[in-house]
Amino acid sequence: MSRDFDWPEFVFLVGAMRWTIVLSLIAFAGGGVGGLLLAVARTSSIRPLRWLAATYIGLIQGTPLLMQLFLAFYGLAVLAGVRIDPWPAVILAFTLYAAAFLGEIWRGAIQAIPRQQWEAAAALPLTPAAQLRYVILPQAFRIAVPPTIGFLVQLVKGTSVASIIGFVELTRAGQLMVNVTFQPLIVYPLVAVLYFALCWPMSFWSLRLERKLDAALGIKRAA
Amino acid sequence: MPLLALSGLRKRFGSHVVLDDVSLDVDAGEVVAIIGRSGSGKTTLLRCINGLETIDQGAIVFDGKPMPRGGSELRELRREIGIVFQSYNLFPHHSVERNITLGPTITNKIPLAEAKTIALDVLREVGLEDKLNAYPAQLSGGQQQRVAIARALAMRPRLMLFDEITSALDPELVGEVVKVLERLATSGMTMVLVTHEMGFARRTADTLVFMHQGKVWEKGPPRELFAAPKTRELESFIRAVLEPEA
Repeated sequence: MSRDFDWPEFVFLVGAMRWTIVLSLIAFAGGGVGGLLLAVARTSSIRPLRWLAATYIGLIQGTPLLMQLFLAFYGLAVLAGVRIDPWPAVILAFTLYAAAFLGEIWRGAIQAIPRQQWEAAAALPLTPAAQLRYVILPQAFRIAVPPTIGFLVQLVKGTSVASIIGFVELTRAGQLMVNVTFQPLIVYPLVAVLYFALCWPMSFWSLRLERKLDAALGIKRAA
Repeated sequence: MPLLALSGLRKRFGSHVVLDDVSLDVDAGEVVAIIGRSGSGKTTLLRCINGLETIDQGAIVFDGKPMPRGGSELRELRREIGIVFQSYNLFPHHSVERNITLGPTITNKIPLAEAKTIALDVLREVGLEDKLNAYPAQLSGGQQQRVAIARALAMRPRLMLFDEITSALDPELVGEVVKVLERLATSGMTMVLVTHEMGFARRTADTLVFMHQGKVWEKGPPRELFAAPKTRELESFIRAVLEPEA
């Protein structure tokens, strides 16, 4: 017995979209904090700190997100001794994943700032933390905007992997609707359109933000 | 007692000796110009004085105190020693005013209102009070360099270091920066400059230092050195810089 794909089914998809958004936001926020720490560690003058951060980033970037998700899911289940809710697992896995990628993007942005800027700040003489805060990070931020938003778009789409451990976000909701309607050629294109509606404005916003930041610096660029 | 005393400085980058037993005293109010061919160690010497480079041997003593290796003690010393770089190194994301108030407010914890008064004062000293709200990208090279001088002056340093600060400028912009330097020298500021402006060095410096192969090759009042160089190296250097086309 099957249902037709109709308004209630559509509303279900749109409703599930909010979990895609929530998961993306949590992963971005948590990954942002972790990524900033990693980026600073990767560019610090303390060797063990650089090495630790590099190892972490290498491990996360070198293994599939799906494996990380499975490890978080079954790992937490074993630790808790029971079968657990997918929420903590997806938050853990996606935060660790986002931290590694953002850390690497931001490391590149920090290292793109000329050494002379550090020297000028050190001569003022700002403390190393103040050098970062007032001189290096604001400039690195400008450089990091496009790749960061690019990663955020990847992250939003990447949350579809969470469907595999039963976390009901947009993709999982699509699968459920296909199961009851047997209309994959209606449901999946619609799911894709909903992802697009999330991701495209971010790319657009990224461009606007770049222009705004350029204008604030008096920089003129070819359109 | 000299304000700055360098004795027996040695430094090498790998097998290349950059500073070879350099000793130099700078008295309060003295203007010392360091000249020499590129690679003679003059910029490295200057950078060692405020700890941007470390020395392998020797002693740097400022105001009777030995130069600390790093940390908060080095920052304490740098508050008294300003430096201006060849490539200006202004912070492009901050306005002229913020470039100047950053040191006083963050390092010296001076209230912002007071720091803004200082910013206006030092900008007046370099003749750029109308550029308070401009961003570095909106200024010419000469103006940027004058802001960089103002930024260093805002910390009210007792010694100013200048590292070839006119070398990156278009020829027609050199004059305005040199004029600021001359005014600063007249005001009694203690200055150590690495420079290629021979006219300025001759007119303004109390002491001229000619560096060659990491050593202080000749030293003395500029007029004497220019008129009667004692070594062949200085003689050929003077000839090369005064008659570049010959």
